[in-house]
Amino acid sequence: MNSMHYLYAAYIATWAIHGTYLVILARKYKKVRREMESLRK
Amino acid sequence: MKRGISILAVVTALLLSFALYEALIGAPTERTMGDVQRIFYYHVPSAWTAFLLFLINFIASIVYLIRRNPKTDILALVSAEVGVVFCTVVIVTGPIWARPVWGIWWAAGDIRLTTTLVLWLIYISYLVLRRFSTSGQTPVIAAVLAIFGALDVPLVYFSIWFFRTQHPSPVIGGGGSLDPRMAHVLLINWAAFLCLAWLVSWTRYRLEVVKREVEEAQALESLLEGSR
Amino acid sequence: MSFFAITRATLEKDIRLEWRSKDAVNAMLFFALLVVVIFSFAFDPTAEESRRIAGGLIWVAFLFAAVVALNQTWARELRNQVLDAYRVSPAPANPLFLAKALGNFIFVAILEALMTPLFIVFFKLRALGETWDLLPIALLGTWALVVNGTFFAAMSLRTRSREIMLPLLLFPISVPALLGMVNATSAVLSGEYSPRVWIALLLAYDVVFTIACLYLFETVLEAE
Repeated sequence: MNSMHYLYAAYIATWAIHGTYLVILARKYKKVRREMESLRK
Repeated sequence: MKRGISILAVVTALLLSFALYEALIGAPTERTMGDVQRIFYYHVPSAWTAFLLFLINFIASIVYLIRRNPKTDILALVSAEVGVVFCTVVIVTGPIWARPVWGIWWAAGDIRLTTTLVLWLIYISYLVLRRFSTSGQTPVIAAVLAIFGALDVPLVYFSIWFFRTQHPSPVIGGGGSLDPRMAHVLLINWAAFLCLAWLVSWTRYRLEVVKREVEEAQALESLLEGSR
Repeated sequence: MSFFAITRATLEKDIRLEWRSKDAVNAMLFFALLVVVIFSFAFDPTAEESRRIAGGLIWVAFLFAAVVALNQTWARELRNQVLDAYRVSPAPANPLFLAKALGNFIFVAILEALMTPLFIVFFKLRALGETWDLLPIALLGTWALVVNGTFFAAMSLRTRSREIMLPLLLFPISVPALLGMVNATSAVLSGEYSPRVWIALLLAYDVVFTIACLYLFETVLEAE
């Protein structure tokens, strides 16, 4: 495994971590939206 | 409000792209470590951002205990969550950097990485406490835990520092002076990550405000339904 | 009643209650033996290696025993609504905390006193350094675990999975103390270096967190 692979791994891992959190936030947002809709009824 | 976030989002995206270019191509190649050293431009700013966020959480926790303003509690929660995300990046990129350079994934005596690990553990336990607490006063208990964590940090730092004097170990972050061009790229990446942290925190904050309003409305509704 | 009078009264009551149920004492004895036996199966105690890792082994065993003791700290108070009484009364809650912490300290110290000779026998331990140094290490280290443990047990009262919550909160915060305990003990066992700085660290840890616990206990109690 040459050292460039480590460099890419680190950068990809960083964005994977941030991306995962953003996906979690998106899911929370959808859930809150759904609950708001059901309250309106 | 909405326009502010959109502007921030655009600025963040631009800064991150520019910073990425600088980190991978613009910055000079390091002499001893080679291109792997470029991990530094992500590892170090993430650490600084995480520490800043945890500091915000600490201050918000103290202010909350004094004033008991719910908005302050939301700030504490948000800064802890986003802080953990950035801290995770530090803990993951650290070993990825260490392995090709030092041949080991982790050095127990590496003071900065190990202190960061303990800080990460403390804040994970903070988030778990918030999630698992069934008390109506979770914010107060969480704030107290944050204060304990903050008191702990200097002790953690010192204990690992002293451990190191007895068990010498490589310094993963690398010491020594910095080429000014590298310092420049480092600061650009830090600015980019700070914007990202601000953007994500702001979004999370607004989400939490709405979430709590919905929960209150739901509680009210089930109360009314019960009386029908 | 003065602060210390309340503390003492509460402590004596707790000790009396524990002593009356002889089950507790027998269970303690058996528990101590069990832990050491399990450890001797898990870690093959040939003399050379054991002295190097003995410091860590012993304190992990003590930590395990402490968590078992700490988990039931407030059980009796919860059952009898004692905490609610403290919440509505103007009396300060600190004596209650101190009594609980001291009670836990005595309980864990007894467990340690039972486990230590067993460890020495099973692992053929011998201290090459100053053996008397082990006493402050044991006292300060145990207090470090117990004072924060009693506090976090109170914080965990209204949480799901209460028994898991306590160690989850306690372990990260205890890292400096654990480093101190383990390294100080290893220093004494191996005789290679002085445990003095580690003992100083334990002392600093104990002072900082005892003050923090006493200062913030009322806040936590009111919040439960």
